[in-house]
Amino acid sequence: MANGIIEKVKERATSIWEKVHGSEVAESILRPGSPFKKGYSDTPRNRSYVIMNNVLYHLHPVKVKRHGVRLSYTLCLGGISFFLFILLTITGIFLMFYYAPTAEAAYSDVAALSTSVAFGSLVRNMHRWGAHFMVLSVFLHMSRVFYHGAYKPPREFNWVVGVILLLLTLLLSFTGYLLPWDQLALWAVTVGTNMAGFVPVFGDQVKFLLLGSVEVTADTILRWYVLHVLFFPFIIVIFMAVHFWRVRKDGGISGPL
Amino acid sequence: MSDIPEHLLRRSAEAKAKALGIPVEQVLAEMTGEAAPTPMDIGEQPKVETVAAAEPASPAAEPASEPVTPSQESAPMAQPTAASADAGALEDIDYDAAAAKAGMPASLLKRSVEAKAKASGGSPAGVLAEMLGEEAPAAPPAAATPPAAELAPVAVVTEAVAEVVEIPIAEPAAAASVAAEPPAASRSGGATAVAARPLAQPEAVPEGVRTQRLLTVVKANAIQQVKSEPTDKVSTWPHLMIMEFAALLAVTAVLVVLSVILQAPLLESANFNATPNPSKAPWYFLGLQELLSYFDPQIAGVTVPTIIGLVGFMAIPYVDRNPSTKPSDRKFAIFMFTFFMMGAATLTIFGVLFRGPGFNFTYPWADGIFFDDLKDWVDF
Repeated sequence: MANGIIEKVKERATSIWEKVHGSEVAESILRPGSPFKKGYSDTPRNRSYVIMNNVLYHLHPVKVKRHGVRLSYTLCLGGISFFLFILLTITGIFLMFYYAPTAEAAYSDVAALSTSVAFGSLVRNMHRWGAHFMVLSVFLHMSRVFYHGAYKPPREFNWVVGVILLLLTLLLSFTGYLLPWDQLALWAVTVGTNMAGFVPVFGDQVKFLLLGSVEVTADTILRWYVLHVLFFPFIIVIFMAVHFWRVRKDGGISGPL
Repeated sequence: MSDIPEHLLRRSAEAKAKALGIPVEQVLAEMTGEAAPTPMDIGEQPKVETVAAAEPASPAAEPASEPVTPSQESAPMAQPTAASADAGALEDIDYDAAAAKAGMPASLLKRSVEAKAKASGGSPAGVLAEMLGEEAPAAPPAAATPPAAELAPVAVVTEAVAEVVEIPIAEPAAAASVAAEPPAASRSGGATAVAARPLAQPEAVPEGVRTQRLLTVVKANAIQQVKSEPTDKVSTWPHLMIMEFAALLAVTAVLVVLSVILQAPLLESANFNATPNPSKAPWYFLGLQELLSYFDPQIAGVTVPTIIGLVGFMAIPYVDRNPSTKPSDRKFAIFMFTFFMMGAATLTIFGVLFRGPGFNFTYPWADGIFFDDLKDWVDF
């Protein structure tokens, strides 16, 4: 008796799924060759379609060299850097819900994340450690590219874009450093911006531009918040788009295909 | 027809009228569909574009009526070797008459004959006779198979064009079969093409005369020569994508586990009056801060990061002209990069671990680590 009902439910569920999966809506969402499409079969043609008929085609060609896929060769550092950027964006948006960039609220907001927000502590930790990881992975990515000589023609310019991306990564990390508004943030940023003050001729102006004042003050926090959540992400996304585009155009991963 | 602007229609009609020697009003009436088209009109359609392509610059609008220049008349006499009966008297090289027969402007015919004579070393008259007479037997089959000519490869394009051009002159009926478009659609287009290159009178063309000239010969080589060795490739899906997905999962897992275990530092609230000792920058700037304790700030704070750190690194591909990517070929480059990286790492480690109060040198195992950023890592 019970088995019969379960069988019937299963049958009904299967038929509904079949209808949904084969519906016009599903057909319109999934482009030809999508592995999620009804009736997908693992053919060489479909394997090509998965990439070619997809936004992935902006990042990858249909085929790659076999040796380039070896884990020991690629290490996937560029991809990891990009993925960390995405993770940082997601966790950062979460943090923005609970954070006000004012001298009065900033510290207590960050402290409250650890105590009174669900998963607040975890997300903040992920954001912080992820930022350190990203600096590290971008740096390692650059080193690997150098040791493989992968900056050589035709990829010279993409190396330059990569150095800009490293600089932007450091700036993103550094602007985020101030936001908890604790002793660590305040004095690390003070030391860091003092270095900017040594720029010849217009050092004081550069420092003032960075801080919105002659010293780190409550005004600085809003300025760095905007730089951190809006300005630098905006710039870095543009440079990343160019970087990825040039990776594809200059020959893809591990040498011209 | 009504959707063609008035001034374009007018210009087209004028050109056509000039080419055919008929009143503009008649052409206009034809084009607007008020009068039956002249018989030639249909015959002209096949060469709408081809004629313009073959001879774009022939403003000599009046065919077979150009005066012969004195220099031509003083050209050396030639023996009429293979002159056919209908080629006429060739001794005085009457280019006008020959051009009328050949159905092409006299100036072009003259140039062609002279060039050919110069190339072959013969006399112009002989060459002309050859052109007019010798090829006569070959013409009828060529004119009878226009579709084949259309399908000819690039190398013989000019020839194909010429044959299509000849058709309306020789047998208008045969040419009609070549027409790709319906007559009404291409009527105005035909008019503009005629303006580009007027035709000779139909009755003046001897059979088999080529009215084209060779523009170029395209060799049967590919334009792009791809020389790449076949390499061992795999599909990005799933081979590369699965790797990337694994890396993505691994990074997420490590980060989540780390974030559960290690608490991000949060010291007491910012206090402008309590300067911690030592004050340290974030770890990626600690190498610079370490440099600052040795050098003038102008050097350590500005020159090193901007000149070496930014400009120097960006310039690497343009300075390193060694095309090889083999490690054994680029020992110097690898040495330099490693040297700078190790230097930066040493300075950073020094700044993180070996600097205590007042940024003075300390042994981390003796005095502890003065680095709040990684407090929990250290105290774990």
